[in-house]
Amino acid sequence: MNSEHSSKQYDQDLEAIRSRVLLMGGLVEKQFRDAMTSFRTGDLALAEQVIAGDVDVNRLEVTLDDTCSQLIVKRQPAANDLRTVMATIKCITDLERIGDEATKIARTAKNFHERGMSGELNHFETVRVIGERAAELLHDALDAFARLDKNQAIRMIGQDRVVDHEFRTIVRNVITFMMEDPRTISAALDTLWVAKAIERIGDHSKNIAEYVIYVVEGKDIRHTDYAAGFLDLPG
Amino acid sequence: MTTPTIQPTIQISALNFFYGAFQGLKNVNLDVHEKKVTAFIGPSGCGKSTLLRTMNRMYDLYPGQRAEGKIMYRGENILDAGQDVNMLRAKVGMVFQKPTPFPMTVYDNIAFGVRLYEDLPKGEMDERVEWALNKAALWGEVKDKLNKSGLSLSGGQQQRLCIARGVAVKPEVMLLDEPTSALDPISTARIEELIHELKQDYTIAIVTHNMQQAARVSDFTAYMYLGELVEFGLTDQIFMNPARKETQDYITGRFG
Repeated sequence: MNSEHSSKQYDQDLEAIRSRVLLMGGLVEKQFRDAMTSFRTGDLALAEQVIAGDVDVNRLEVTLDDTCSQLIVKRQPAANDLRTVMATIKCITDLERIGDEATKIARTAKNFHERGMSGELNHFETVRVIGERAAELLHDALDAFARLDKNQAIRMIGQDRVVDHEFRTIVRNVITFMMEDPRTISAALDTLWVAKAIERIGDHSKNIAEYVIYVVEGKDIRHTDYAAGFLDLPG
Repeated sequence: MTTPTIQPTIQISALNFFYGAFQGLKNVNLDVHEKKVTAFIGPSGCGKSTLLRTMNRMYDLYPGQRAEGKIMYRGENILDAGQDVNMLRAKVGMVFQKPTPFPMTVYDNIAFGVRLYEDLPKGEMDERVEWALNKAALWGEVKDKLNKSGLSLSGGQQQRLCIARGVAVKPEVMLLDEPTSALDPISTARIEELIHELKQDYTIAIVTHNMQQAARVSDFTAYMYLGELVEFGLTDQIFMNPARKETQDYITGRFG
C-alpha cells in the first residue's frame, strides 16, 4: 500500500490508530448483533449486557479522538496521512452512534419483552431482513476501511439505499397492522423504533464508506451523487 | 479559489542549469504568478535554491555556472547575455537564509541599495527608508536606532532589515531563500505575516525546508527532486491531495 515513513514511530502511531478503529468496529458489530438477538429471543440479560457495553464503545471513542489529536500535534500529517486521520476522527463518531443505536435496540428489546406481548405482529420477522442488510453494510464498511477498498465502498453506498427502501416498506407494513388492530400498537411502535435504529446504522455505515473514498481519492463525496455514477440502482 | 486574473510574472521554460559538468536543473518549466507566493520544496540538493538563484542571475557571480533555456520577465529572456543584471536585481530582489546586514547603520543598510539606482535628496531618502522599514514591519522597533549598526539588531530584526533593504529599491519580485531557517518561532511568525502583506504588492518566491511554512504562506507550491520539477500546483491541492506519489511521499515524510 504505502511506503514507510522515515520515522518508524510515526508508522507505529498510525498503525495503532488503525487497529484501534477496527477494534472499536468489532465491538460495535457485536453490540448490534447481540441487541438484535435480544430483540429476537427476549434474552433480557443479553439486552442488559449490550446497554452496559456501550460504556466501552464510548471510552474507545474518547481515547481514539485523543490519540488522533496527539498525532496531529506531534506529526502535522499531510496529504493521505491527514486524510486518514480526519477520516478516522469522523469514522469513530459514526461508530459511536452505531453503538448508541444498538443500545436503543437493546432497550426496546427489554421493554418489549418485559411487557411480554407481541400479538399478531411478528416483531422480529418484520426487521429481520433490514437487520441482516445493515449488519452486512457495517461489516463491509469496516472491511473497506481496513483495506482502503474504494470499490467496495462505492458498492456499499448503493446498498444503503436498499436499507432505506426496506425501512419505508416496514413503516407502511406496521401502520397497516396498527390500523387493523389497535392492540398491536405498542408492539408495532417498538418494532418501528428498532427498524429506525437499524436504518440509522445503515446510514452511519454508508458514511464510513464515504470516508474511505475520501482517504483513497481525496474527494469529499458527502452530499453528492458521486456513487450514483457507478451504479444502476433505482433511487 | 479566485483564479480568473492570475498573470505570470516570470515564465520559466526548458531551463537547464550546470555547475561545471554537473547538471543542477533539468528541463524546468514553471510560471511564477503575479502577486502570489510560490513555494519551492524538496530535499537538500534538489535544485530549489539553484532555481531561485537563476531568477535574478545570482549565479553569474560564480565562474563555471551557466543556465540554458528561457526565463521570461517583462518580455525579455533574462538569461540573454545583453541583460542589465544590476537593473534585473533591483527588480528581482533576494533575501538569504542567514541575515546579511551590511556592517553599517540601520539607515545606511536601507539607503545603500537605493543610492545605487536613484539619486534622492535627503528628505526623500528619509521617507524611503521609513517606508521600507514600515513595509518590513520593522519601523516601530528601530526608529530610534537608525544610527546604530545593523549588526546590533536581533536575528529576526536583521532578517526583516534585509527584507526592508530589498523592498527599498521597489522591486517587483522578492526571492526568499529559507528566510526563517535561522530564526526563532516568533521571528518566523513575523516574517510569515510579512510575506502575507508583501504579496499585496509583490510577487514572491520562497524556498523553505519547513513544509508547514510552505503550506501556510504560499499560494502555489513546486516540489523538486534531483534537479527536476516533480509537481507544481495550488498549495491546497499539493498538501491535501498531490497528484504524484513522489510528492505525497515527500510531504508526508516517507522519504529516503
